[in-house]
Amino acid sequence: MLSIEEVIHIERLARLRLTDDEREMYRKQLNDVLNYAARLDEIDTTSVPPMYHVLPVSNVLREDIPQENLTQEEALSNAPSEDGGFFVIPPILGGEG
Amino acid sequence: MTNLADLTAHELLGLISRKEVSPVDIVNSCINRIEMYESQVKAFLNIRDAETIINSIREDEPYSAIPIAIKDNMLVKGQPATCASKILSNFIAPYNATVIKKLIQNSFNIIGKTNLDEFAMGSSTENSAFYPTRNPWDLERVPGGSSGGSAASVAIGFSIWSLGSDTGGSIRQPASFCGVVGLKPTYGTVSRYGLVAFASSLDQIGPITKDVTDCALLYSFISGYDPNDSTSLNMPPYKFSPPKGDIKGLKIGLVKELMGEGVDPSVRACMDNSIKIFEDSGAIVEEVSLPHIEYSVPTYYILATAEASSNLARFDGVRYGLRANGKTAEEMMFNTRGEGFGPEVKRRIMLGTYVLSAGYYEAFYLKALKFRNLIADDFKKAFERFDVLISPTSPILPFKLGEKISNPLEMYLSDICTIPVNLAGIPAISIPCGFINNLPVGLQIMGPTFSESKLFEVSYGFEQATSFHKKRPQIGGS
Amino acid sequence: MDYEVNIGMEIHAELLTRSKVFCSCPVQFGAPPNTLVCPVCLGLPGALPVLNKRAVEFAITTALALNCGINRHSIFHRKNYYYPDLPKNYQISQYDSPIGIQGYLEIETEGGRKRIRIRRVHLEEDTGKLIHSGGRITGSDISFVDFNRSSVPLLEIVSEPDISSPEEAKEYLSNMRDILVFLGVCDGKMEEGSMRCEANISVRRKGSEKLGTKTELKNINSFRSVERALIYEINRQIDVVSRGGEVIQETRHWDEKNERTVSMRGKEEAHDYRYFPEPDLVPLEIKDEWIESLKSQIPELPDEKYERYKKLGLTPYEAKLLAHDLELSVFFDRTVDLYNNPKNIANWLLVDVTKELKDRNKVITETSFTPEIMVELLDLIDQGVISGRIAKDILPELIDRGVSPKKLVEEKGLIQITDISFILSAIDQVLRENAGVVEEYKKGKEKSFMFLVGQVMKLTRGRANPKLVNELLKKALG
Repeated sequence: MLSIEEVIHIERLARLRLTDDEREMYRKQLNDVLNYAARLDEIDTTSVPPMYHVLPVSNVLREDIPQENLTQEEALSNAPSEDGGFFVIPPILGGEG
Repeated sequence: MTNLADLTAHELLGLISRKEVSPVDIVNSCINRIEMYESQVKAFLNIRDAETIINSIREDEPYSAIPIAIKDNMLVKGQPATCASKILSNFIAPYNATVIKKLIQNSFNIIGKTNLDEFAMGSSTENSAFYPTRNPWDLERVPGGSSGGSAASVAIGFSIWSLGSDTGGSIRQPASFCGVVGLKPTYGTVSRYGLVAFASSLDQIGPITKDVTDCALLYSFISGYDPNDSTSLNMPPYKFSPPKGDIKGLKIGLVKELMGEGVDPSVRACMDNSIKIFEDSGAIVEEVSLPHIEYSVPTYYILATAEASSNLARFDGVRYGLRANGKTAEEMMFNTRGEGFGPEVKRRIMLGTYVLSAGYYEAFYLKALKFRNLIADDFKKAFERFDVLISPTSPILPFKLGEKISNPLEMYLSDICTIPVNLAGIPAISIPCGFINNLPVGLQIMGPTFSESKLFEVSYGFEQATSFHKKRPQIGGS
Repeated sequence: MDYEVNIGMEIHAELLTRSKVFCSCPVQFGAPPNTLVCPVCLGLPGALPVLNKRAVEFAITTALALNCGINRHSIFHRKNYYYPDLPKNYQISQYDSPIGIQGYLEIETEGGRKRIRIRRVHLEEDTGKLIHSGGRITGSDISFVDFNRSSVPLLEIVSEPDISSPEEAKEYLSNMRDILVFLGVCDGKMEEGSMRCEANISVRRKGSEKLGTKTELKNINSFRSVERALIYEINRQIDVVSRGGEVIQETRHWDEKNERTVSMRGKEEAHDYRYFPEPDLVPLEIKDEWIESLKSQIPELPDEKYERYKKLGLTPYEAKLLAHDLELSVFFDRTVDLYNNPKNIANWLLVDVTKELKDRNKVITETSFTPEIMVELLDLIDQGVISGRIAKDILPELIDRGVSPKKLVEEKGLIQITDISFILSAIDQVLRENAGVVEEYKKGKEKSFMFLVGQVMKLTRGRANPKLVNELLKKALG
């Protein structure tokens, strides 16, 4: 059974803010689905290769030629907040360098 | 006198070329349908204003007289693309999807953006953040999903045809519920550039139409290699030729595992009838087993939600869409996604994040990829013996709004017929094969990769022997 | 108690492709914000990556130059984490099948040549840039994001912890930079951020087999910082351990201003990157022919040049300086082709020419100086037309204007005077005007001789043949 702590951990990884009610509901529902998914253990697949792509295509490459792109205006056209050509966001606290 | 909105594209094109009808009349009949019934059906999230639609008609471009509706998870430059989600309710597309570019090049007339389950996640269109769409055959019932709006629009004549997207059945199942034709093409034959991604290795755009000829015609416009999509196949586009429907001697496999307990008796009866129709036309129908198909649902829900959890990470309030309050950027992201996503989307993101997380990747994600191989292999083996395979598109009839929404697992299980097709990357078409109490039932025909022509032939042959595709829903006795 | 040090370096090099790694936006430094972006590198819904061929070739070439094995089947993975400068909130990178593996780079140490093993070389995309109002990450009110740099190709090169001292680390970094510059894949400018490095450092008691706990050091922004930061951190760790404490595994930040490392613990979360293969890209199958073709195009690298220059008679010091300077070594090689005295050429290039270049803050290819001009100048000295002194005097003008030395010498009337009677008359004049100094010389003051020589050179405006002046002056003084 999935614990609340595990659900909170997943919330953090997925950047989802949940209410307590939501959290409890998802805990139960995820548990149902995961138990059902455990059916996959019924078959031994050690010698089966994973299928990453349905079709055998490889080496799709593009020539190194710069092309027209979006204008600054188009790039910012849906920005919730912008200034001087930049996207503006609330401050970062600590975090990555 | 048949209303123009109830005709097929190929019929209308014939009328136009013989100057028996004016393009404006066709477009107006669709607009009239919308005015009469859209408030009850609610197939659209966004309708272009009538003047723009009329002004887009060009006398020398026949396709500009045949209105098309586009599912709102495909980007049409300058138009909203909401994916039926609060998180994109204010998003205006700054570029055209490749399929839209192709349509525009051929002067197609886009009448509006249709409703869907939020981010294409669902089988009933009830997961739309805005409102559910209703089935034109019975307004108390769902039109199917996730392309419910596109399917309903075609059935009721708001548009002559439409585009949907299919990840686990989202074109075929609503086509089945709405009594129209829907094709999920071979993975890689239609560009995904400009389709808001749900599950990258499963998504495909496809046509939803009134009959098979229209389906083949529309497919010919959208298929073909796109250098902007690395998973798009370097092959020439499908070239349309009117199907002949000769199915004599065809070997058809009935998938045993998809005719089991969970199939509604009335659906089973339609299937039996369909088999008889095939046999009467000279085809040979035999049962075939796809032994791993019962594992399709867990396999699919692991792979699709894993990819989705990553594809939906970009919705964070930084560059576009909803932005909630937050003292820090991180808090803003948490709140934006918490407020902006609906419950089904959140559920799938949680599930997908879990199956990819440390310690669970091998047990779930990798394992599911192996099952994908087994399932694809089952199909390959079956196609060595059979030309095509058939099954019901949905094991159940269109259900009432609210009936299934509180039990996610049950909803997932009803996708059992359509899901295996996406896992294997093969094409499949759904065509009407009967009516039960005036509710449509769909027949699914599956073929090996790149067998779209064959699918058109088989389904056209079935169509010619029946008249299900000619039936139209009546709302309030019009 | 003696301690041994283990250092591993992780380098990120921005590649000199013309367009980005997964889209066709131009790669340019210093453009106005968000003017070099498209749906792909902005992470818009529906956008898809397409891999840049040249970026792959640069990666393979670098891996080959670093003596790596090449993974014949190489794929990309998604590295999932949230940060505002990461538009998709995942980075397309490589995980378990990087392009290059198990190579090495050699450095010179006191104990001779040493191999630093390279664990992997892989290709990934860069992030956008975050700018904080107030210039510092803490205490800013808002932040600004520019995505011009988003999806610029990065090569990540990871070494084993084989480096044993800060000096070795600097050597390693310097040699790596030279290789990248010589290959033309990166311009190696740490101050501009086109080459970044991080270090893993641990200490252990001498003789101990087990490696100590390592810390990760970030924010090393120049070659000088590398040594200083490492020295500090090593001393810090030794200090902790020798007092009986334990080094905590953490990320530390080099504080350039205060010259110390600062713990980032608590400011970072443990990341679960949930790596899974990128479904929007297909695998790279790197064939032998491709590898051979790229291998054959690798130019002569510093190590090879070094050996060759020593064989030409240069001292190890001269050979090293020249071999690690791409433009100068190319100039040197061309000049040696035209004039067979490598030692002489090397001396001129490394002393006088280098000084002029430093004064102008230019590389030799940015000036008008050519091998042909160099050779003409040396010929003039050999023929006795001018003295070495005069040659040095006209060098700046040759570098700036690229004129023929012969013409310049004639123009300025600088041809060396070898006319004995002319020199004698100059000597005569000097001796007359400097009777006092002559007296001093006759009394035994050697230095006075040089003064008198100087006066003769001054009088003849530097054009008298110095050897003749010396001889004749000695004779005149008796």
